[in-house]
Amino acid sequence: MTVAYVARRIGTFLLIVWLAATLNFFLPRIGGENPVAQKLMQTAALGGNLHAGMRDMVKEYEAKFGLDKPLLVQYVNYLRDVSHFDFNYSIASYPQTVLSMILQGLPWTITLMTVTTLLAFVIGNVLGAVQAWPGAPKWLQFVMPPLLGLSAVPFFLLGLILTYVIGFRLQLLPLYGGYTAGAIPQWSVAFALDVLAHAILPALAIILGSLGFWALGMRAMMVTTQGEDYVMFAEAKGLHDRTIFLHYGMRNAMLPQTTALALVLGQLVSGAVLVEVIFGYPGIGTLLFQGIRGADFFLVQGIVFIIVLAIGFATLILDLIYPLLDPRITYRRA
Amino acid sequence: MPRRRGAWGEAALGLFRYFRRNRSLTVGVLLLGGLVAFAVIGGMVVDPENARPLSVRVLQPPSWKLLFGSDRQGRDLFAVITVGTLLTLRIGLIAGFLGVGFGAALAFIGAFYGGVLDAVIRGIVDLGLTVPNLMVLIIVALVFREGITVNLMALVIASLAWLYPARTIRAQVLTLRERSYVQIARMSGTSGPGIIVKELLPNLLPYLMASLVGSVSAAILASIGLDVLGLGVFEAPTLGMTLYWVNFTGAVINGWWWWWLAPIVVVGVLFIALFSISVGLDEIANPRLRRRV
Repeated sequence: MTVAYVARRIGTFLLIVWLAATLNFFLPRIGGENPVAQKLMQTAALGGNLHAGMRDMVKEYEAKFGLDKPLLVQYVNYLRDVSHFDFNYSIASYPQTVLSMILQGLPWTITLMTVTTLLAFVIGNVLGAVQAWPGAPKWLQFVMPPLLGLSAVPFFLLGLILTYVIGFRLQLLPLYGGYTAGAIPQWSVAFALDVLAHAILPALAIILGSLGFWALGMRAMMVTTQGEDYVMFAEAKGLHDRTIFLHYGMRNAMLPQTTALALVLGQLVSGAVLVEVIFGYPGIGTLLFQGIRGADFFLVQGIVFIIVLAIGFATLILDLIYPLLDPRITYRRA
Repeated sequence: MPRRRGAWGEAALGLFRYFRRNRSLTVGVLLLGGLVAFAVIGGMVVDPENARPLSVRVLQPPSWKLLFGSDRQGRDLFAVITVGTLLTLRIGLIAGFLGVGFGAALAFIGAFYGGVLDAVIRGIVDLGLTVPNLMVLIIVALVFREGITVNLMALVIASLAWLYPARTIRAQVLTLRERSYVQIARMSGTSGPGIIVKELLPNLLPYLMASLVGSVSAAILASIGLDVLGLGVFEAPTLGMTLYWVNFTGAVINGWWWWWLAPIVVVGVLFIALFSISVGLDEIANPRLRRRV
């Protein structure tokens, strides 16, 4: 791995982060007026018990982003705030800052996404690889079409059906939320089991919904690898079937699949956001939903920025791991 | 002596034979056709006005009078589904056509002429595709929330729908550009736009079709995502808004199964149909894939 390669990838990452912040700043101002400021003034004008603090917030916002300031000054102020992860206070739930709300939801989302993505990736790829290999069990052929069908529809549709069948009808698993309402989050076995039980249905919706995608890609890649000279050579050497399958077939077919993972990460997260909304799972997807319902611009902008940042970061990590999987990549400039 | 078939009969038979061979295309076209036929015929049978709230008695399970039942705001769900299917398809088609049209135009211009313009287009596309689509759309939709209409929603989605077609079509044009027939056209003095329209476009038609289906599907997915997040057109009974109300009222855990069953089946069939069609069209666009997967 050369220094230039790493530098280029980090440069792209920073560019994405800058782009996200810039879009966040300019898109609301497209119409000439600033809906963020309008909403803020409206809320402040409504009054209520948090009135005084809200007025301070408006004053601070005016000082930084007031219409009397040139756009460039406002923009630089915004970039400075964002680079400190300062997304301002939440408009709808005022004394809380957007950052503190995001930090509460983030562990839930990251855990759910990491576990489901890894499981779906591994199971899907193994399923696809086995299916393409001669001598695969017959029943596997009947597993594929339903999985492909599921991968074509949005995750949350499956989530609704799972909720109804497993949660509502059979009453096997909880329907809603991240833990039983009223339970106090703590480090105990009982609470951990409760959280796990609540996570199964959302996780299942994401995993079942993405298995087909990985299996289809892997099957196509394995069919290609089987025709390669090195596989034939391995067979001629009399290597064990399992060795050929794992180290000659799958090892090479995995490379394009890893690239695909980096490409669809954004779609996976977008799909998972909706799953969270359907299940009321306490991650940042549900938080985003609350922000949209309360027209809480700061909260929505903060979450969108964090999601873009996280996906950019995950892509960066995958890009940096990739040359370790495929030594050829370093010599190519792309 | 066998009866002679006309040219049209010959073509129809050829098409029929092709459809029999390309099974996923057939399945997809039949499913989509069935869905559209259901929506159009259903729209004639039922009064579309009943898709508005307070049209019928609330929360009625399916019966002969209300085939799909009614929701908590008093919409006739049969009317909602027929109207909503067409509305959702309209969003997908507007955004899909605009996306592929604009994307293809940029791809042709960029890839054919190269140079700085191409570099700029490629840079924007590469960067734009790394940012998740739905997240940017959420910010845009939040800005246009007041007074949003179904057509405006389609335009919002179209604002990003050109990125992916621009990238994939550009790659195709790059390979076509070096083909001998393009070189010959160039040597015989055909102008740049002439080559694009007469030589490149016809050869890319199957590919553009596949790209269109993919874009329509992605646009519908985005519109449903925005709807479910509460950024849709509240007075329009699209499939996505129906699912928003299902989620909003907790219809699943309240046992109102008829409310969510119909939209889920229709959305599922819609996506599976579009997926099958795109797999089928892929086979036409890349003949090398034939009979392999």
